[in-house]
Amino acid sequence: MMRKLTLIGIMAFALLSSCTSKSNRLPILGSKNPVTKTVDGKQVTDTTYATIPDFKFVNQYGDTITAKNLDGKIYVADFFFTTCPSICPLMHRNMLNVYKEFKDDNNFRILSHTIDPKYDTVPVLKRYADKMGIAGNSWWLLHGNKGDTYGIAKSYLQSVQERNPAGQYIHDGFFILIDKQKRIRGTYEGTDPKEVDKLIADIKTLKAEPEQVAAK
Amino acid sequence: MKVKLIAGILLLITVVVVSCQSDEQVEFSRYYSGGSSIYQQHCQNCHGEKGEGLQSLIPPLTDSIYLKNNKTLLACFLKNGLKGKIIINKREFDDEMKPDELAPIEIAKVLTYVTNSFGNKMGVINLQMVEGDMAKCR
Repeated sequence: MMRKLTLIGIMAFALLSSCTSKSNRLPILGSKNPVTKTVDGKQVTDTTYATIPDFKFVNQYGDTITAKNLDGKIYVADFFFTTCPSICPLMHRNMLNVYKEFKDDNNFRILSHTIDPKYDTVPVLKRYADKMGIAGNSWWLLHGNKGDTYGIAKSYLQSVQERNPAGQYIHDGFFILIDKQKRIRGTYEGTDPKEVDKLIADIKTLKAEPEQVAAK
Repeated sequence: MKVKLIAGILLLITVVVVSCQSDEQVEFSRYYSGGSSIYQQHCQNCHGEKGEGLQSLIPPLTDSIYLKNNKTLLACFLKNGLKGKIIINKREFDDEMKPDELAPIEIAKVLTYVTNSFGNKMGVINLQMVEGDMAKCR
């Protein structure tokens, strides 16, 4: 009798939690590709989603960071440069709230790519981090050659451009949310505090998805 | 008839109130409200909605004593930018502020806004004052 009750309890819980997880799932963004495979002599069609390709950059401590360093981690990426006179201070004022919320979570990272690698060398990035009050490893400021950075920006669906004649860089101010499977799960206007509040809420939702909890 | 009477009374009150304001008050309001929108366009991204600055990168605009002591230099800071070490609210800042292409009248308006917001209360900084200060820029 007791066992039966327990079983019913577990089933009810499973049913409930499957319902809530469904309604609380974030969408998967980026291009989708149906892939047809032959499994045990049967044709099976599966959907694969665009993922962020492997990369190699250097953080503010001079450590090499590749996609492998983000295995088992949810992260947020953006593009900036330290001498940016327009939207960057506003973006990073808002990003500080994300940092403060998740800085003690070792399975979470923030990646800020500089689009001005010539000026923003590793020591310049470290100085910026210190002045922003960023410590530890939860927020990495990444230096890389221009081609690599502009290339990865495309994978994040971001538009960045070379310095224009007025001496300014044009870049999108979005924060991009990436899951443990390296898929894009959301983009947020980094200059808008309300959007950044939504990002913080969405990170919590994403962290609770069974697929994310299970992923290592 | 009643509507006309009320409208008439309202008009009378408005005229009395407006004429009660001194020329200085009118000038101040004009500069301050114009300065508010210039601040949003040119200053707010870095210095923040409440003039709070950004960590140790961008100084806040809340140090009334610094602003008072440097009142006649403020126009030059906006015209030529600001570089080098400064102490604001007992904290050190040494990043560069780039100059912005503002007309003298816009500088006057935005300075009036900043020096009378965020806890500051310094009265109007008008065009004549700004032009005088800018002539002495180093």
